[in-house]
Amino acid sequence: MDKILVGLKRVVDYNVRVQVKSDGSGVETDGVKMSINPFDEIALEEALRIKERGDANEVVAVSIGTADSQQQLRTGLAMGADRAILVTVDEAPDPLSVARIFLSLAEKENAGLVMLGKQAIDGDNSQVAQMLGALWGRPQATFASGVTLDGDTARVIREVDAGLETVEVDLPAVISVDLRLNEPRYVKLPDIMKAKKKPLDEVALADLGIEAGPPIKELSFAPPEGRQRGIIVEDVAGLVTALKDKGLA
Amino acid sequence: MAKILIVAEHDGKNLNASIAKCVACASSIDGAEIDVIVLAAAAGDVAAQAAEIAGVNRVLTIERPENEHPVSSVLGPQVAALAGGYAYVFGPSTTFGRDLMPHVAALLGVNQVTDIMSVEGSHTFKRPIYAGNAIVTVEAPQGSTIVATVRVASYQAAAGGNSATVEPASVEADLPAHTRYVGLESAVSDRPDLQTAASVVAGGRALGSEEDFGLIYKLADKMGAGVGATRAAVDAGYCPNDMQVGQTGKIIAPDLYIAIGISGAIQHLTGIKDAGTIVAINKDEEAPIFEVADIGLVADLFDVVPELTSALES
Repeated sequence: MDKILVGLKRVVDYNVRVQVKSDGSGVETDGVKMSINPFDEIALEEALRIKERGDANEVVAVSIGTADSQQQLRTGLAMGADRAILVTVDEAPDPLSVARIFLSLAEKENAGLVMLGKQAIDGDNSQVAQMLGALWGRPQATFASGVTLDGDTARVIREVDAGLETVEVDLPAVISVDLRLNEPRYVKLPDIMKAKKKPLDEVALADLGIEAGPPIKELSFAPPEGRQRGIIVEDVAGLVTALKDKGLA
Repeated sequence: MAKILIVAEHDGKNLNASIAKCVACASSIDGAEIDVIVLAAAAGDVAAQAAEIAGVNRVLTIERPENEHPVSSVLGPQVAALAGGYAYVFGPSTTFGRDLMPHVAALLGVNQVTDIMSVEGSHTFKRPIYAGNAIVTVEAPQGSTIVATVRVASYQAAAGGNSATVEPASVEADLPAHTRYVGLESAVSDRPDLQTAASVVAGGRALGSEEDFGLIYKLADKMGAGVGATRAAVDAGYCPNDMQVGQTGKIIAPDLYIAIGISGAIQHLTGIKDAGTIVAINKDEEAPIFEVADIGLVADLFDVVPELTSALES
C-alpha cells in the first residue's frame, strides 16, 4: 500500500472538565487546553507502525479547522507522519461534510487506508468513519482493537458489545480505532524540531468542491442534571441497612 | 402521522433488549407509527419478539443469506432503500447501531442525530456531548429523513403484549462483498447482561489483579448482578473489554450500581449517571465517585467486599 491518511481533530483536552457557558450558547473553550483527539492519536500510532513494518510508504496527517489546528498537525508530524494537510474552514463542519472531505482526499491521494478515531471526545458523534465507508463504497472496520495487514486485505478485531468481532476487509478501507489498539508514542524534542521542516499544506474547503451542510443545528446547551451527594455509612452493616431501606437488599 | 422505522438488533435468535427502548423513544414522537425492520438470514424468531412490543405497528423482514451477520455495508443499503417511506429511521446507541446508522445517514445524504436522550419536538432532540458534561438541544433540518441513534439508557423498555403484523419486505440493493465477517469471541457467562441487568457490580484499577477481580464476580453472583469495569481495569487485563462502562464503553442504567475501587473519572461517571442508586466503596474519601454516590463506604475494598458478600448471603 502506498499511503495511509490519518484524521487528527483538535479538541478540548481529555483532562479538562468542560463547562457550559452561563448563557447556554456553547461550552467554554477560551483559554482551555486543546489537544489531538485521543482516539486520533491512536489511529496515527497504528498508521506509523504499519509504515514501520514496511506495509505502507507514506503517512499523511489531515486536520479540518482553523489555522489553530496546525498545532495538532505539527504534533502529528513530530510523532512521525510524513506530511500534513490542513483543510481550512471558518466553522467546524458537520460529520457528513467531514466524511466528504476525507472522501475527496482519499481519492486524490489514492489512499490504501483511512484511519480515524472511533469518535471525537467533543461532539461524541462517532459518525465520520461509517459515513466515509458509505460514500466511498469501501469497507468500514470500526472500533478496532487489532489490525493485521495481509496484502490487499486487512483483518480487524472490533470491540463490540458482545465481545471481540473479527472481520476481513479488502483495501482500500476505512478503519476507526478504539482505545486498546495501541499506546501512542511520546514525542521527543529532536522530532519536534524535525517536524517543523516537514510539509504542511493548506487547502480551502471550497477548493475541494465541497459545500458544507445542512448541519444539525445546535440550539442551546445546558449542564447535565447533577446527582446529589448521598450518605456515608460507617461499615458493611450500615451499607446493608441502607440498601434494605431502599428495597435493594 | 410520523412514520418511523426502527432497525432491529439481534443475534439471529433473540431481539436485543435495546429495541424495546428505541420503541419507547419513538413512541414519544407525536403521531408515531412505528415499523421494525428485521434483517436476517432467517427472521422468524426475532420478528415474533419484535411483534410483541407495545407500540409497534408492523414488523418487516428481509431474509437474505448475506444478512446472517451484522455487516453495516451489507445492511446499510437495504435500510436506506426502505427509508424513503419514513420520516424517521432509528437504531440503538449500541455498537450495532453506532456502526450502522451513520452509514445509512450518509447513503441518505443527511447527518445523524446521535444518542437521543429525549424528544423535544418533531425535529428537536436532546443529546449528550463532551462525555455528558453538556446536554445540547439539536434541530434536524426540515424536509429530509431524520436518522438517529437512541441513547438506550435514557428509556424504559416499551411493554410487551402486542401482536403486530409481520410481513416480508423486498428492496433493490447492491450488496458489496468487500467485508467478510470472520467470527465473534464472546466471554461465556451465565451472569445477567450488563446493559439490561437490574443490579451491576463494577470494579476499578484498585482491584489490582485479574485474580482479585474475582471478588467482584463473587459479590455479583451472590446478588444475581451483572459485572462492569472501568477502562483502567480492562486496560490492565483484569477483565474482558465487553465489561467496560463509560463514555467509550457501555452506558448503563441499572436500579443499583455498586462501584468498588473506582475513583470516578468523568468518562466513567457518564456511563452510570442514570443508575437508580449508586453505591461507592473506596478507601480514598476524596474520590470523585463519592460526589455522585447515594451510599458511600470509605474502606479498603479487600476488607469489606468479602464481608458484604457474606452479609448478603445470610
